[in-house]
Amino acid sequence: MSDLTRLSAAEIAGLVAAGETSAVEVTQAHLDRIAAVDDRVHAFLHVDTEGALAAARGVDERRAAGEEIGPLAGVPVAVKDVLTTKGVPTTVGSKILEGWRPPYDSTIVERLRAAGTVMLGKTNMDEFAMGSSTEYSAYGPTRNPWDLERIPGGSGGGSAAALAAYEAPLSIGSDTGGSIRQPGAVTGTVGAKPTYGGTSRYGLVAFSSSLDTPGPCARTVLDAALLHQVIGGHDPRDSTSIPAAVPDVVGAARLGATGDLTGVKLGVVTEFTGEGAEPGVLAAFRESAEALAKLGAEIVEVSCPHFKYALPAYYLIAPSECSSNLARFDGVRFGLRVGDDGNRSLEEVMSLTREAGFGPEVKRRIMIGTYALSSGYYDAYYGQAQKVRTLITRDFTAAFEQVDALISPTTPFVAFPIGARTSDPYQMYLADLFTIPTNLYGGPAISVPCGLSEGLPVGFQIMAPTMADDRMYRVAAALESTVGTFTPPAL
Amino acid sequence: MTTTLPAYDEVVARYEPVIGLETHVELGTNTKMWCGCPTDFGGEPNTRVCPVCLGLPGSLPVANKAAIEATIRIGLALNCSIAEWCRFARKNYFYPDMPKNFQISQYDEPLCFDGYLDVEVNGELVRIGIERVHLEEDTGKTLHVGGATGRIHGATESLVDYNRAGIPLVEIVTKPIPGTGALAPEVARAYVTELRDVIRSLGVSDVRMEEGSLRCDVNTSLNKPGEEWGTRTETKNVNSLRSVERAVRSEMLRQASVLDAGGKITQETRHFHEDTGDTTPGRSKETATDYRYFPEPDLVPLAPDTAWVAELKAALPELPRLRRKRIQQEWGLSDLDMQSVVNAGAVELIEATVAAGTTPAAARKWWLGELSRRANETGVELADVGATPAQVAELQGLVDAGKLNDKLARAVLEGVVAGEGSPTEIMTNRGLEVVSDTGALTAAVDDAIAANPDVADKVRSGKIAAAGALVGAVMKTTRGQADAKTVRELILERLGAQG
Repeated sequence: MSDLTRLSAAEIAGLVAAGETSAVEVTQAHLDRIAAVDDRVHAFLHVDTEGALAAARGVDERRAAGEEIGPLAGVPVAVKDVLTTKGVPTTVGSKILEGWRPPYDSTIVERLRAAGTVMLGKTNMDEFAMGSSTEYSAYGPTRNPWDLERIPGGSGGGSAAALAAYEAPLSIGSDTGGSIRQPGAVTGTVGAKPTYGGTSRYGLVAFSSSLDTPGPCARTVLDAALLHQVIGGHDPRDSTSIPAAVPDVVGAARLGATGDLTGVKLGVVTEFTGEGAEPGVLAAFRESAEALAKLGAEIVEVSCPHFKYALPAYYLIAPSECSSNLARFDGVRFGLRVGDDGNRSLEEVMSLTREAGFGPEVKRRIMIGTYALSSGYYDAYYGQAQKVRTLITRDFTAAFEQVDALISPTTPFVAFPIGARTSDPYQMYLADLFTIPTNLYGGPAISVPCGLSEGLPVGFQIMAPTMADDRMYRVAAALESTVGTFTPPAL
Repeated sequence: MTTTLPAYDEVVARYEPVIGLETHVELGTNTKMWCGCPTDFGGEPNTRVCPVCLGLPGSLPVANKAAIEATIRIGLALNCSIAEWCRFARKNYFYPDMPKNFQISQYDEPLCFDGYLDVEVNGELVRIGIERVHLEEDTGKTLHVGGATGRIHGATESLVDYNRAGIPLVEIVTKPIPGTGALAPEVARAYVTELRDVIRSLGVSDVRMEEGSLRCDVNTSLNKPGEEWGTRTETKNVNSLRSVERAVRSEMLRQASVLDAGGKITQETRHFHEDTGDTTPGRSKETATDYRYFPEPDLVPLAPDTAWVAELKAALPELPRLRRKRIQQEWGLSDLDMQSVVNAGAVELIEATVAAGTTPAAARKWWLGELSRRANETGVELADVGATPAQVAELQGLVDAGKLNDKLARAVLEGVVAGEGSPTEIMTNRGLEVVSDTGALTAAVDDAIAANPDVADKVRSGKIAAAGALVGAVMKTTRGQADAKTVRELILERLGAQG
């Protein structure tokens, strides 16, 4: 039998629907793979073996009974531990939520179940999605299947590594400043950040409410689109959810796969192709842009002068919102409680709980955010950052008057060695230099593998206007059709 | 403290008060502000909760449209401008009765702003400026167990009930109210009373101070004439209309004694004590938390459609003060009489009784007489006394038809209040109907004449007024169930006298 873990989600769904394999077989194959490799990769924080097999049996029974089984029935999916899963541990990579079993499912997880997918478990992440390497997980780092001594990106390193290690064909990530795209780039997988509001945040444990965007991760562009189609769309439980249908991302991916980009105009972001990126990354990007030109795309240079302020603006807005969002973790209602010995005051218990429960990067951002929102500093920091956000949005709007989509490398450098950037937060923050502007603007962007540098994957980023998610899928699929997919060495 | 307080008259002769009121009103929407949980008062602790109002990780708020509508209607009734675009804001502070450790409120962009409310004090109209009306969420309730005071200090355990968390709360803030002089306490009370009536007339809240659905904080400061306004204090825990008045008065006296002694007023929150009528200091505002307000990113901005706002404005009910004026005219009442109707809380009851066919005078007589007396005796609101306007109207109908006289009607009303049924049923069941059988009455009249020959002679000789004694005797033997007028006519007829 061919290895079920090497198949794409589209292939698995086809085989299950045709009865050529069962959901249980597919699920068991992936559970076996996890058992074989995850002690080395550490992509998962929790594997829900029983839940997965039960869901798979449900799919097989519904199929046998001739019932509707859903568009991705029987396809295993790994879910970033930032999304609530009813009765299944949800830690957000933090000690402060260790052992918490949410009483409700996030909308994304509900939709995954409705589509017939089989949830394998919860994937590792930087604590509260704050980081670019998964080294800030309270439960130890995830390792990059391309080189176990290197980081898999972050914060969604677990979701990306699970794909690259063939532990799952699909996974869910969340992208606040690049947490889907940058891990995709450094693991040679596809990661898409939908338009803000295009996917529901209900049940996504908040880091930065105005930036957080859940989205699909996969090994192929079509698989990402199939997953996007299933999880996207309006959710009345999220006020910021856009009341519109999901753009036809699957159709766009199939169109792009024909390899014809005639009439598509792409803009290379001048500011992101100069210094700051590794030469190998730039070389792979340039080659890929030329490949797109050969498929008929017109490539021009576009300057986005305010993008250089994106990183500092982001590091005011995101920490500000996080300082408020994370206030609820106080040991009163759920999760960790420290020091409640009957003698200490409420304030002391809250304080000790937060001291013990949060890691250093989370504390750093809470402190930055608390400061930035303080009376007397608000205008200079949070207020100013919001103005920069407006300018960046204008850069995007102006650019999209000239071109259909913007392109750049996803991240300035390939996967770096574990420990290389943890001592200097700024060096870590630079990993998201090219991905952050999109989050501030709210539009969609995708990272698709485009080549190797020093034997490690390089990601190609395509940024589209808000609610034009289909456009980036078309370009991404076209690129994939010409450069192919990238397989890491055997584990 | 045993400081002797100065006399109130002296205080208002030396100082001018400036007051201000912040009122919180819990809206009577079916569901909470951000989720679908019910809002009913009471309930077993932590039974009316869900991931959203418990602030569980991942949960998100969705604004309740009915609450927004109610807030706009309150704003319109208070003559406010309605924001064309505004946002909710997060007010950040740690407290266990706040599930998220921030309250979703409004900061510098209130939904309604810049209005006024006219209130009547001693027959004079006082215009109270309204600074803002905004919408926020209520907190849970904390119960501190084991301490002497019920406050957190000294408690061994704190229990939190989140049933109230997330109930929509409207905050109404007045502009500073200067120039009321000695009347400041009455103005404060009149404002809260009028505000309560306005909100009740809108039907958006039951505005019960005793249940906390109407809560009031009172700001007070004193200054010498011609000088700048003084430092203000904010008095909390003011839980009745009477307390509003007492709190202002008590705070004026306290501040005057501090100022008289050359002291300074500390800007602080104070707690009013119902039993003593005093205020004691709470937390000092100088060390107040920095709330780090910022626009709530989980909610979209609020932009009420102007046509919708216009519709809401057109559909506002008649305001209580204007309605009272109209009713007073219709009923032909003096200011004093109207005031007693209002004070008794009888406006709606009398109105409904009149609508059921009774004359205003008769309706007023029942509600302000017998029924008010009973309400006072049993310590309930007049509306809860046990009789409905329809029953009162039915009772008066029986009187008008001659089936009951005043005394019998009062006995029937007693039965109504006791829940024995409708006035007609009680009259029949208790055999209280006026005796109209003239045969039986004639016998009673003849007995009375025979028993009082002297009186009968006087009547026969033309002293008609003497017949009263015979009427009394007949009423006595018929135990009041005869119609006095009929009895009198019968007596005169038997004695051959002309009435």
